[in-house]
Amino acid sequence: MRMKYETPVIQKCQTGLMNKFGSCPHYSRKIRTGIDDVSIDNLVEKYGSPLFVFSEKTLRERFREIHRAFSTRYPNVTFAWSYKTNYLPAICAVFHQEGAIAEVVSEMEYDKARKLGVPGDKIIFNGPYKSLHALEKAVSEGAMVHIDHLDEIYDLEKVADKLGRKIKVALRLNMDTGIRPQWSRFGFNVDSGQAMMAARRIHHGGKLIINGLHCHIGTFILEPDAYGVQVEKMLKLAYQIEDQFKFGIEYIDIGGGFPSKSKLKGTYLSPDLSVPAIDDYAEKITSAFYKNLRPGDFPRLILESGRVMVDEAGYLITTIHSSKRMPDGRKAYVVDAGVNILFTSFWYKFKLEIDREVQGVNEPSIVYGPLCMNIDVIDEGCLLPPLNRGTRLIVSPVGAYNVTQWLQFISYRPNVVLTGENGKVDVIREAEDLLDIERRERLPEHLLLSSKSS
Amino acid sequence: MNRSQQLAISENGFIFDPTTGESFTTNQTGLAILNRLKKNESSMEIALKMREEFEVSLEELERDVADFIDHLRTYGLM
Repeated sequence: MRMKYETPVIQKCQTGLMNKFGSCPHYSRKIRTGIDDVSIDNLVEKYGSPLFVFSEKTLRERFREIHRAFSTRYPNVTFAWSYKTNYLPAICAVFHQEGAIAEVVSEMEYDKARKLGVPGDKIIFNGPYKSLHALEKAVSEGAMVHIDHLDEIYDLEKVADKLGRKIKVALRLNMDTGIRPQWSRFGFNVDSGQAMMAARRIHHGGKLIINGLHCHIGTFILEPDAYGVQVEKMLKLAYQIEDQFKFGIEYIDIGGGFPSKSKLKGTYLSPDLSVPAIDDYAEKITSAFYKNLRPGDFPRLILESGRVMVDEAGYLITTIHSSKRMPDGRKAYVVDAGVNILFTSFWYKFKLEIDREVQGVNEPSIVYGPLCMNIDVIDEGCLLPPLNRGTRLIVSPVGAYNVTQWLQFISYRPNVVLTGENGKVDVIREAEDLLDIERRERLPEHLLLSSKSS
Repeated sequence: MNRSQQLAISENGFIFDPTTGESFTTNQTGLAILNRLKKNESSMEIALKMREEFEVSLEELERDVADFIDHLRTYGLM
């Protein structure tokens, strides 16, 4: 009778390298056999690999949890779904069903929101580039336009002239909240007085009405206190504008920037330890509101959270295609998903889970994508047990930014599915084929190979 | 040079390299490969013989034996 087989491994015995946190868990590994109630096997069998999977349950739970953290502390809260984080219609629709309005940063995103059925007055139009045409469309449909620079004031005044009415607008601001790097390229600077000058200019023009202030202090902000500083500065400016120019500030949009439970490269602690709870942010922000608001004044608090809402609801299933031993002794795996569809791999160290129990000790490994490019590395240093060809890795969290920033490069982008309740699975973006890639391409007649040969 | 012949290998997979003073651990299959390497068997011979002893396909064994030998090289044991 033949013996049970186990992949051969050899490990050097290391001494003198112990630390106070204990040794690395050579036999521990993360196994994931399903997402919600759907097995990984069934998903791959039906929709192929690689495959993006979004959990509707997690999307809704996350939204409700974050919404609850703020709405139980402040009476006037609105969430705006940040389209650029993930603008697949199904994902946007889930958040809109939960009550979020839309936050867009381009005409294309604006059109997507409108096509989805979001009314113009439920769309915040941000961003440093808004064409005159886009502004005209957004203003005429009642969108909340956030002004980024002086030229946009001039453009909006032209739109006001054309429409023959005054337009409500919000000023985008930037400021020092102690966060480095300081995001100063968007909007008007508060600390230098630039924002007040812009307000004065708008007042002088007489064609625009400032009814909101907006500021986004950065991304993946791990310090809740920074939001407290932001709110204080925004409210002080709001009252200055109200007092000097008699505008009524109806809303304060504090942007987004809350981190997800993903691990940034170069960080030591796990996200469970390094990422503050959403309640910590809510507490700092709402406390700053109550501390700085005038009695009886409760302007609308708008949040444009993206990453924190969607990141953990997204998974990428990828399959091991081959393995090799690197000259430095590390094991290398080539999987079928590359950095072109996993854009956040440039700054995240993902959680890697295996779809099955595997025997053998973990060894230092590298996970490469399938692209013929040296930069195509999903994980440059992780501990994995010996994995056979065909084993699947489940990469997470990948819900934020990947399906908007992904690149079509040398292969087709894969299916994206949404797991619903009771094991229901819907394709929310079909895998591409050659027609998708070539639909917009044109070959001049004189370059046709058939005509050349004839 | 096949340095595997100089290694002290215990029955439970503990390996001592008397040249460098370094020690290693391996599992049952790794031990089987090492013992055959000591007898100067080629990787193909090892794979063919081990296939008779273990529940595994020849393809998987070939790949694993090659990888194991690569790994021994990186440790300077081959």
